[in-house]
Amino acid sequence: MTTATHKLLNGATGDWEVVIGMEIHAQVTSKSKLFSGASTAFGGEPNSQVSLVDAAMPGMLPVINEECVRQAVRTGLGLNAQINLRSVFDRKNYFYPDLPQGYQISQYKSPVVGEGEVIVDLDGGRSVSIGIERLHLEQDPGKMLHDRSPSLSYIDFNRCGVALMEIVSKPDIRDAEQAKAYVTKLRSIMRYLGTCDGDMEKGSLRADVNVSVRKPGAPLGTRCEIKNMNSITFIGQAIEYEARRQIEILEDGGQIEQETRRFDPSKGETRSMRSKEEAHDYRYFPDPDLLPLEFSQQFVDELKAKLPELPDQKKTRFVADLGLSAYDASVLVAERESAVFYETVLDKLGNRARDGKTAANWVINELFGRLNKEGRDITASPVSAEQLSGIVDLIGEGTISGKIAKDLFEIVWQEGGDPRALVESRGMKQVTDLSAIEKVVDDIIAANPDKAAQVKDKPQSLGWFVGQVMKASGGKANPQSVNDLLKSKLGI
Amino acid sequence: MTDLTSLTLAEARKGLAAKTFTSLELTDAHLSAIEAARVLNAFVMETPEQARDMARAVDEKIAKGDAGPLAGIPLGIKDLFATKGVRTTACSKILGNFVPTYESTITSQLWRDGAVMLGKLNNDEFAMGSANETSCFGPVGNPWRREGSNTTLVPGGSSGGSASAVAALLCMGATATDTGGSIRQPAAFTATVGIKPTYGRCSRWGIVAFASSLDQAGPIARSVRDSAMLLRSMAGHDPKDTTSVDIPVPDYEAAIGKSVKGMKIGIPREYRLDGMPAEIEKLWSEGAAWLKAAGAELVEVSLPHTKYALPAYYIVAPAEASSNLARYDGVRYGLREQGRNINELYENTRAEGFGAEVRRRVMIGTYVLSAGYYDAYYLRAQKVRTLIKKDFEDCFARGVDAILTPATPSAAFGIGEKGGADPVEMYLNDIFTVTVNMAGLPGIAVPAGKDAQGLPLGLQLIGRPFEEETLFSLGEVIEQAAGRFTPARWW
Repeated sequence: MTTATHKLLNGATGDWEVVIGMEIHAQVTSKSKLFSGASTAFGGEPNSQVSLVDAAMPGMLPVINEECVRQAVRTGLGLNAQINLRSVFDRKNYFYPDLPQGYQISQYKSPVVGEGEVIVDLDGGRSVSIGIERLHLEQDPGKMLHDRSPSLSYIDFNRCGVALMEIVSKPDIRDAEQAKAYVTKLRSIMRYLGTCDGDMEKGSLRADVNVSVRKPGAPLGTRCEIKNMNSITFIGQAIEYEARRQIEILEDGGQIEQETRRFDPSKGETRSMRSKEEAHDYRYFPDPDLLPLEFSQQFVDELKAKLPELPDQKKTRFVADLGLSAYDASVLVAERESAVFYETVLDKLGNRARDGKTAANWVINELFGRLNKEGRDITASPVSAEQLSGIVDLIGEGTISGKIAKDLFEIVWQEGGDPRALVESRGMKQVTDLSAIEKVVDDIIAANPDKAAQVKDKPQSLGWFVGQVMKASGGKANPQSVNDLLKSKLGI
Repeated sequence: MTDLTSLTLAEARKGLAAKTFTSLELTDAHLSAIEAARVLNAFVMETPEQARDMARAVDEKIAKGDAGPLAGIPLGIKDLFATKGVRTTACSKILGNFVPTYESTITSQLWRDGAVMLGKLNNDEFAMGSANETSCFGPVGNPWRREGSNTTLVPGGSSGGSASAVAALLCMGATATDTGGSIRQPAAFTATVGIKPTYGRCSRWGIVAFASSLDQAGPIARSVRDSAMLLRSMAGHDPKDTTSVDIPVPDYEAAIGKSVKGMKIGIPREYRLDGMPAEIEKLWSEGAAWLKAAGAELVEVSLPHTKYALPAYYIVAPAEASSNLARYDGVRYGLREQGRNINELYENTRAEGFGAEVRRRVMIGTYVLSAGYYDAYYLRAQKVRTLIKKDFEDCFARGVDAILTPATPSAAFGIGEKGGADPVEMYLNDIFTVTVNMAGLPGIAVPAGKDAQGLPLGLQLIGRPFEEETLFSLGEVIEQAAGRFTPARWW
């Protein structure tokens, strides 16, 4: 692992280091809510998925949804974290119309998951380790609808009581790039695990970002918390802005007020929401309606045994078994769907040891490149893993050249079809018959005696001959054979 | 037919089975009694039509020989229990005309077993009180009066309506709840039997919460046997209440009449209070003597942390209440007092909807949970609670089967007599009962005698966790020795 150097920010008084910690709220993938049987499906008619418990009717009691506990433990295992066999649900008390109970059931002093670690991949194959402080389960509140009436607010309680995992990082993040990469990595791990769909547009993943600045080596500065960020791009922008704002204040001799801020994406700036003095006193105490959450080590071990391979393990395996570069491997594993695609290609390959690396290049360069250009998702790729593997097979076995393969890829992308059949029917097969190639080579040398004479002094002009031969063969000549033949005939 | 109301539940069961009378007749007799006793203000909602419908349905079942253990028995339901389609208010203005779409687990078990609902019973607002004076429907009268006086006395609280209705023969039994003594103290004030079972024995689902870690439902009835019959139907594990315990419900009635010979009865020295009335002291000794005569062994025991129980209770219970009552905010159901913004709506609704005692406890609870006070109050109170629990455990570990104490430090008092200037004066009513809730143990109050003014007094027996049967056996010994007490009708 290459330890990343992080970006320092230049101020008038010298360099500043930014210190960032994050609280990620990740909606647990589960059919029903954390403490009730109501559905968690997104997009239902307002208030159509609300149980008596969610609406906090008199005398209603919460009952823990064990699936949510399993998901939290699985996530904890994915974060290489301490799993606490005993944890406690607390009540976080505050009044708000979207909070029917008047308190949120959360975990305060004893979370279900303790300290862990995430390796975050950065550009250029660098990576950095970010510590996890804890992960706990809590209820999501409902949603206020302010646009239905000029004078009244409405509330949709469908989301109310849905399970969230709050994942708290240590203040180990040092710049916007790391912050963005951290969220991306967490999201990736949870998608691999199937514990959170990570859909930020639907609010399945939200981040509170704590930012402070200090002179390198100095004690931690006063932090500000930017609430409820639901886009990785905005997280980066907010950090850049907030760090600059704090540096400016400090360099002008001012002090940072600890406060909660909101990011305004249209202006690209953060604005104060409430100061520390206005902060709530949540009066946390253990929820007497719920027993402490206890499970056995065996329960954890069983979940652990059934965990899918996670991105870091997959990356290591790709590098070790297939000889991929660390960078290529990390690109392939970054999203679960990409890794699944690549592994399907591998599975279908005729000779995986020989062509695994070629397949990686094709997935990353040709396929991802093309998908990006057209703004399409890997799951909506017109070229299937099977088709791509067919193309790579044809290259590997020498049936087509890389150049022809690009044409073939284009045909498959546009028209579909079986690559091998296409090569046959369209006469795209590479000519490996040496005598056929030799004739073309001889003809070209004979037609260009001047250049043939020069090539001994200027070996780089060999390329021109190769080009001519390939052109004359309609691109079907085997480039290696062409090269070898030219060299011997030209005497270089 | 009015004499049907004077039957015990066990006697009525026999009559119904022998078809001496029908459930409809029994129900009608009670409905008439309720009508004639409205001055007591025990019922806050009478449901005669529903009662008759239920009774007719049960009669059909009895005719078919398909009768549950409580078939045809008319009961009153404390207004803290959610009853489907029937207004449920916890006797608080803040719930307004709230009509639940659901039935509490306990009441649904009672209906399952054939009981008939006569209506909803008065209680202290959100069960906060010891005299049933904090109800938004006004105070309840105790059917008992001091000899030669026509002063109306309180029936105790918070289950004052339950105790008064059972004592005045308005229902054969009633549901009640007990957070710090709310079953046992009113039972003692009205010469009825009340048992608070072990925490977790009955489901809390569908009961308006006061203090979740202390609340436990139980019956109030006219005899020990009747209370055992009712508890059998009320108790049981409920997957909807994770604090309810999954152990089988015994046939409590089978414990009645069982020998208590050789049982070890603890007499806790810390319950001998300075300035305790001589007649309470005498009652206590008498009760001990009856148990001894029945073959039990008396031992003096020590529960050293008893004196901290009441102050700790008045931290833990309000703390939980302050949070449990946060849902009454005027947003989704119940009373709403508009405001110019959401905070004003909250303030107006809660100021108008909650009575003074509830507001006081919400404020105390909010205070003791606040940052900077939590450790000094709430956390310390929880530590005290652990010590109180340990006191009892130590005692039981030495072989004690049950502990005998007075149920209350005095007999019933007049409406408005206590707590007007100092709420602590009212809180002291629970001095013998709160320890039991703090430790989660079962406790029964059994009528044991009368004071010089002719008012009933009760004794309390405290048992090991989930050993309610022991309490029924011992309670019946006291009942047999002391006899039964019925108030002279004045209403």
